[in-house]
Amino acid sequence: MTPLLIIVAYLALLLILGVVSSRFFKGTAADYFLASRGIGSFLLVMSLFGTTMTAFALIGASGESFAVGIGVYGMMASWAGIIHSACFFLVGIKLWSFGKRYGYTTQIQYFRDRFESDGLGLLLFPILVGLVIPYLLIGVMGAGVTIEKVTAGALPSLFAGSGSGPTGVAPGAIPYWLGSAVICLVVMIYVFFAGVRGTAWANAFQTIVFILLGIVTFTVISDKLGGAMNATAMVQAENPHILRRTVRADDSLTRYHGMEKSYDKKLATWEEKPADQRGAKPRKPHKPRGIGKMQFLSYLFIPLSVGMFPHLFQHWLTAKSAKSFRLAVIVHPLLIMLVWVPCVMLGAWATSAYVSGKPVVPPGFSNPNAVLGEMVADLTSHALSGLLTAGILAAIMSSLDSQFLCLGSIFTNDIVGHYMEKDRLSDRQKVMIGRAFVVVIVLVTYLLAQTRPGGVFTLGVWCFSGFASLFPLVFASVYWRGTTKMGAYACVLTTAGMWIYLFAQSGYGANREYLVGGMMPVAVMTAASTVALVVVSWITSPPSNATIAKFFTNPPELSTHAKPELELAG
Amino acid sequence: MKYLVYGLIVALAVLHQDWWNWDDSETLVGGIMPIGLAYHAGVSVAAAILWAAAVRFCWPAGVDEVEALSVEDSSSV
Repeated sequence: MTPLLIIVAYLALLLILGVVSSRFFKGTAADYFLASRGIGSFLLVMSLFGTTMTAFALIGASGESFAVGIGVYGMMASWAGIIHSACFFLVGIKLWSFGKRYGYTTQIQYFRDRFESDGLGLLLFPILVGLVIPYLLIGVMGAGVTIEKVTAGALPSLFAGSGSGPTGVAPGAIPYWLGSAVICLVVMIYVFFAGVRGTAWANAFQTIVFILLGIVTFTVISDKLGGAMNATAMVQAENPHILRRTVRADDSLTRYHGMEKSYDKKLATWEEKPADQRGAKPRKPHKPRGIGKMQFLSYLFIPLSVGMFPHLFQHWLTAKSAKSFRLAVIVHPLLIMLVWVPCVMLGAWATSAYVSGKPVVPPGFSNPNAVLGEMVADLTSHALSGLLTAGILAAIMSSLDSQFLCLGSIFTNDIVGHYMEKDRLSDRQKVMIGRAFVVVIVLVTYLLAQTRPGGVFTLGVWCFSGFASLFPLVFASVYWRGTTKMGAYACVLTTAGMWIYLFAQSGYGANREYLVGGMMPVAVMTAASTVALVVVSWITSPPSNATIAKFFTNPPELSTHAKPELELAG
Repeated sequence: MKYLVYGLIVALAVLHQDWWNWDDSETLVGGIMPIGLAYHAGVSVAAAILWAAAVRFCWPAGVDEVEALSVEDSSSV
């Protein structure tokens, strides 16, 4: 019951924060979507970091470390430290300056203007929205799973539970459907009332919460395992491959063998049942095989996605000045390290941890994404378990809010606002339309999350891959004046085509180890989209001189600052 | 200086591919962190230092002047 009370108190605090920040709302669309471009250094750091760190970081990092080993940090976190800051510095500051000069609110407005093409905006719209939706699902699904795990036994008179074993719902636990609904509702409320300022405040608060509680979790769990040295020693003895990126012939592979035994039992039980009562056939565990060098290298492409995230674009535009970016560029890699190192260590320890002779995570445990919740529930006090869950939920919600708002912003500005006569929409109406879209998007996401498609990490990788493959478009648009409208189309269409083809080849995400030539599919997709952009730009007409002057001349030399819609050539 | 900083960032990206730690689970830093993880935590610290250098020496031209501009937001029309 205690964890549940703490979670409820935390969510109530967030709602209060949303209400307080809504008091500063000026009632204009510019304030709702961009906080009147007045966010300073500290809030920008927290917004950007909170937005980029999702359930992916906490649940996915510990889960992948549990499944694959500590190599996940090099693949995801240290690459992210280098590449995210590169995106903020090389792309974010430039886009902020364009946004400030020409009054953009969304990415699509910028691309329409930069490439003198209304159609490019229409093409990008479903692609960007379609790629954000899985990213939203990561958060909602992660929240539902976490709450269900931690609240086991809290309300036995209300929830009887269902099933048994690792995939069952314990009696008294807040079921997945309800936990995910509550999280969606809380985020929706503060986004609805406070807009991007509310998300910035909430992100700052939540980022501090999840960093601190992540460190506390690490300390408490390592203590329960007899100290960090002892916990690591257990991994060295039982599953040493988790501490490196290779698997040796003489490795003990204790966890894998435990999973094999569990699989054999489940399979025998499954086969004994009549065909119409069997349900899904148990999945055979994969034998660990390490991390390939090309696979490891090709992960560098995934954090490029940050350059194309529409919700990051929106946060960039909220900055008060270019100087506001400085702190974010510098400290972002350190914040990633603070969050990821403890999670990766916890995931590694979970493979081999024993307390009083019993494994902390049972051998048949088949859901890596639930490992962190399992350890927290089993090894900490009820109070700490609740606080730590609040930290995990903070990480999740600090991304969800920006994504919900961003999609509301895209629908309002790029569809309704763009295709209606400007004078027909008042500022107040724009805010109301944005809010209505936020509600619809939250509802759609919630319903999709109830189908639990794929695993959290797999979904994330495919979503990130799509955005990363579009990175050449934004980079070239900022630095290469010869990038043409047709080149932009070629880049986007190549990305879409490659994404659909490779996603299908991977069994629609079912094959989590799908590689192309030993590399992550994102490497091939990004290479193809770059080639398409460069080749087509070379052979097609360059943009007008006015557009080149507009985006490649410093502001003092500009005489006019026309708004994007007025400049469109169609 | 600008090219030196960008060169060092590229060098860091190359050093990220630490094949010499690939098969090492025996070396532990402080008896806790496997070397493959500790090394990459170091990469994160190095990234912060190098991006601080980039902010100091490679700051983009023209962006600071933009702050003084007043612009009517497209979202408010």
